[in-house]
Amino acid sequence: MDTTFPRQLKRQAARYPNRPAMREKAYGIWQTTSWGEMLRLVRSLACGLHEAGLRRGEHLVVIGANRPRLYATMLAAQSLGAIAVPLYQDAVAGECVFPINNAEVRLCVVEDQEQVDKMLEIRGQCPQLERIWYDDARGLRNYEQAGLQSLDALVVAGEAFDRAHPGFFDEQVEQGQPDDVAAMFFTSGTTGNPKGVVHLHRGLLDRAGAGARFDKLGPGDEVLAYLPPAWIGQNIFSYAQWLVSGYVVNCPESSATVSIDMKEVGPTYYFAPPRVFEGLLTSVMIRMEDAGALKRWLFHSAMGLARRVGPDLMDGKPVGAWDRLKYRLGDWLVYGPLRNNLGLSRVRVAYTAGEAIGPDLFSFYRSIGVNLKQLYGSTETAVFVCLQPDHEARADTVGVPCEGVQIKLSETGEILVRSPGLLKEYHKNPQATAEVLDAEGWYHTSDAGFIDAAGHLKIIDRVKDVGRLSGGAHDGAMFAPKYVENKLKFFSHIKEAVAFGDGRDRVCVMVNIDFEAVGNWAERRNLPYTGYTDLAAKPEVYELIAQCVEQVNADLSRDERLAGSQISRFLVLHKELDADDGELTRTNKVRRGFIGEKYQALVEALYAGKREQFIQTQVKFEDGRTGSVSATLQIRDAKTFAPVKEAA
Amino acid sequence: MRQIDMDQTGESGSAGGAAASAGAKKIGEVILDVKNISLRFGGVKALTDISFDVREHEVRAIIGPNGAGKSSMLNCINGVYQPQEGSISFRGQTFRHMNSRQVAEMGIARTFQNLALFKGMSVIDNLMSGRNLRVKSGLLAQAFRHPFAGLKWLGSAQQEEEQHRAFVENIIDFLEIQAYRKTPVGTLPYGLQKRVDLGRALAMQPQVLLLDEPMAGMNLEEKQDMSRFILDVNDEFGTTIVLIEHDMGVVMDISDRVVVLDYGKKIGDGTPEEVRGNEEVIRAYLGTSH
Repeated sequence: MDTTFPRQLKRQAARYPNRPAMREKAYGIWQTTSWGEMLRLVRSLACGLHEAGLRRGEHLVVIGANRPRLYATMLAAQSLGAIAVPLYQDAVAGECVFPINNAEVRLCVVEDQEQVDKMLEIRGQCPQLERIWYDDARGLRNYEQAGLQSLDALVVAGEAFDRAHPGFFDEQVEQGQPDDVAAMFFTSGTTGNPKGVVHLHRGLLDRAGAGARFDKLGPGDEVLAYLPPAWIGQNIFSYAQWLVSGYVVNCPESSATVSIDMKEVGPTYYFAPPRVFEGLLTSVMIRMEDAGALKRWLFHSAMGLARRVGPDLMDGKPVGAWDRLKYRLGDWLVYGPLRNNLGLSRVRVAYTAGEAIGPDLFSFYRSIGVNLKQLYGSTETAVFVCLQPDHEARADTVGVPCEGVQIKLSETGEILVRSPGLLKEYHKNPQATAEVLDAEGWYHTSDAGFIDAAGHLKIIDRVKDVGRLSGGAHDGAMFAPKYVENKLKFFSHIKEAVAFGDGRDRVCVMVNIDFEAVGNWAERRNLPYTGYTDLAAKPEVYELIAQCVEQVNADLSRDERLAGSQISRFLVLHKELDADDGELTRTNKVRRGFIGEKYQALVEALYAGKREQFIQTQVKFEDGRTGSVSATLQIRDAKTFAPVKEAA
Repeated sequence: MRQIDMDQTGESGSAGGAAASAGAKKIGEVILDVKNISLRFGGVKALTDISFDVREHEVRAIIGPNGAGKSSMLNCINGVYQPQEGSISFRGQTFRHMNSRQVAEMGIARTFQNLALFKGMSVIDNLMSGRNLRVKSGLLAQAFRHPFAGLKWLGSAQQEEEQHRAFVENIIDFLEIQAYRKTPVGTLPYGLQKRVDLGRALAMQPQVLLLDEPMAGMNLEEKQDMSRFILDVNDEFGTTIVLIEHDMGVVMDISDRVVVLDYGKKIGDGTPEEVRGNEEVIRAYLGTSH
């Protein structure tokens, strides 16, 4: 695909000048930006940025939620041959220092006062940071720092420059080549500094095109852009594929209104990590438990039918006429209204990725008629490596290699990928680049997995995380922590779990309760609590979690290879694991090593067989201040089962 | 947070030799002057000879122990109670008694200690009710606005509704309650209801906003949010604010001047620092040793 992002924009604007390109809800009304208007905006911004000194090959940082003008800014930078570097909007100021210095960023465009404050705070550490533009001027009236300006002013300056140099923009776009660097994404990185993943126009657009052709995306599709734009998935779904397919990207009003906006927009192409689908399901279940007896009965009997025949219908397998008729009735009474309530009525293709999805959760959505599928990819591969075709979606695989992708397995079981969408390099980090990209062009994913009989890729865990137990009854048994944690997390009452066991004689876990689900559970039982810490320490809650742990153990005991990974002791943490405290990555994955060090006292208590342990931890509030929470945590033993030998 | 930022602005301004107060707000002339107010309920003296003034664009706090007469003072200002003695001047006009409707029309709005919202109505409708005084079109035009929206002579009500709705949407955006537009107010958490109550008062486009314990019953985070909104209202719209509050930390942080009442009498008046050092105030709050 010999094209670049700005050329793609010009093509869409020539084809559909008046069709909507993006919508943004402002003051309660969806405001539309057409492709023609988008091109004019990008043109002005590009001219303005050029005048402000942005040059070919230089990096421009963009920080904020999904806003049309911020996406336009990325396009403007790319029009000039500069490189867009989106950063996570919820990162604390300190976390922005490394990327900004690493990419030698002089200019940045941010969303609002919150982001401006962050940039001003780190200016001392990033002396080269000259100019800051902001999209939303609220609260910034009295700011008089040098180099701070509104995006409106940049547009006005750009318009003036454009009038004086009418051929400038088109000439700049022509100069840009597919093999130029288009964007850089910083990976959250579980240890050390984040790494800047450098991608070319060609790679990103090739992958976006492959994905779009796989699912036949076109100008008629609608997408809701609600995940952080700094994450490559969001960038592919609401930027690269938007420019390739010409569909409409809708930006929600605020993060709190996503579910409302979702209902109003009715996206046809939808992506969400498993935890979002889980959250939706939890909220449905909670509301159903509060519903009247008749509704509850209707819901549960309809869902019983859906569980039995829904996935088969979705997979195009034969289903009896009587069941079909009943399912049709269920669709009219329950599934349809439910899909509508979740904003999933019009969804043609929905994807989930990033972590394992529970089989019950996965089949719930498929059973109510949502074409939920899985994909496999990462920042380094520009997302699309494997995709599940329609009718072949399964909870435990991630699909077949998509167009242009080659996959092979190394001797250690690591998955290696070759694809046109691979990263060019890690920015200024040849050593890290050499670790993942070999001479033959294979990218080392560091995921362990295999290809099953049907040709679908199956992921077990990270290669480095797959450990062994040592000593005790299960000496030398395989320990896949993620596998255990995921099994626990599939319970709606458990939000997060951290499993320890590598090099130890048994497996112990720390559990985070899901405040909403457990809170509701407690209320229905008239169990009073004052807050998260109090609720987490209730004996009744421990009993509830113990049941979950026991069920996981029963499940694990059925697989001879994994029976040793049964959980022998557990505790419920007194605070939610939080990215602000460094316990989760920005994409909400647990940082097992860090947690192990931070809560060392707890880990030791788990293995020392203690009944309780006092712990005090620092927490960071959203405004950047710190405080501490302390509690004495109970530790429980869990029931384990003898391995069941499967009958041959 | 905001305060800190504004201070930084001020510092960098003075470092450059430019006007240090460029970023600071401008406190103007006296717009509300309360003189020698006394209020009695039968033999109970609720307020005795209270005098204080409020300057334009300032945040003025009224503090005092329970039963000191703070709410009664606000009720006198907005005409709910009729004081037996004294007068109240607003923008040069002097009144013996205030009249609630007149007060509202003059641009004084208030929120209540125990919320005055329509619990069954949505957030939008509650805020729209705050626009009531500003609706110009008549009942008939209002009643027929939907079927005849296209007709110019009857469509005026529709146009007006749209203007009011746009104003209310600004408030929703300002108070960050977009997610609750259509939610019945009664089902919202208390902290949010307080925010809606503030929004309803703001919908009147007031020049002076009387806030009766805007942070009562809130947790720390809600208090921080509310403080920020009050400062923002004061800063962005230039609204003068008179507030009653029990949380001393909040009062000292956000107000420009403070009046202290005790047993219906004024015992202190000045900047937070002055009041903090006032012997009588300390005695009223901490009690005396005999």
